[in-house]
Amino acid sequence: MTTTTGPHPTRRLILQGAVSVALIGLGNLPFAASPARAAANDKYPEEAFKQKSEADAIKALYGRNAEPSDKVKLDAPEIAENGGVVPVSVTTTLDKVSSISFFVAENPYALAASYKFAEGTIPAVANRLKMAKSTKLVAIVEADGKLYSATKDVKVTVGGCGG
Amino acid sequence: MASSIRVRANANGDITEVQALIQHPMDTGLVKNPNGELIPAHYIQELKFECNGKDVFVANWGTAVSKDPYVKFSFKGAKKGDELKISWTDNKGGSDTTTAKIA
Repeated sequence: MTTTTGPHPTRRLILQGAVSVALIGLGNLPFAASPARAAANDKYPEEAFKQKSEADAIKALYGRNAEPSDKVKLDAPEIAENGGVVPVSVTTTLDKVSSISFFVAENPYALAASYKFAEGTIPAVANRLKMAKSTKLVAIVEADGKLYSATKDVKVTVGGCGG
Repeated sequence: MASSIRVRANANGDITEVQALIQHPMDTGLVKNPNGELIPAHYIQELKFECNGKDVFVANWGTAVSKDPYVKFSFKGAKKGDELKISWTDNKGGSDTTTAKIA
């Protein structure tokens, strides 16, 4: 019988090696390009979608913070009867918009959707999101390399988690 | 098979308004079925709109986008009769593509 109690020395070494390789990989990939381009590249932002808190998701997606702006208009119902389908839209008067993202603070994973805009695409988008419970909703607009945000509280009467 | 994508693209002057409705379960992976088993996550990750060889609008979605997702946006530079190509891919490797004539 070959029961191993506790981590085997070599296995630990291998694991450590794997972790450091992963760390190096992480260090190189997102930060090789400047954070400003984090949302502008073509890859699906897997890491950002895995972050639980809204602050971590914003950091993972954009690498910095947004400043509140009245040029970002976030439209969502004050009270959503069905958290499974909440119509949400953003319009902005800002120029050179390259992306707009939605974060639902109280959801298990905060980042809901991120949209990339080409030149000539009107900086506005409407979509429908799930909300687990009453929550703060944040929209971030990336314009000319800067981040602007708008926030709104949505009261949810029936959460969007049930079947 | 009928396409999972329904699109309406209308040109009004220089601006084309696009509305798309896609049939997809958008399962979060957090919901249990009646037998108490987790329904695995199944959701669209990327949705692309291409017109005249250019990506005009790209959506990256997580599990918080509602079932049978809907999205609306507008863009400049297309005219009536131009073709808009719409394609999506999900986390299980599924995908669908369709084209729509701008009306």
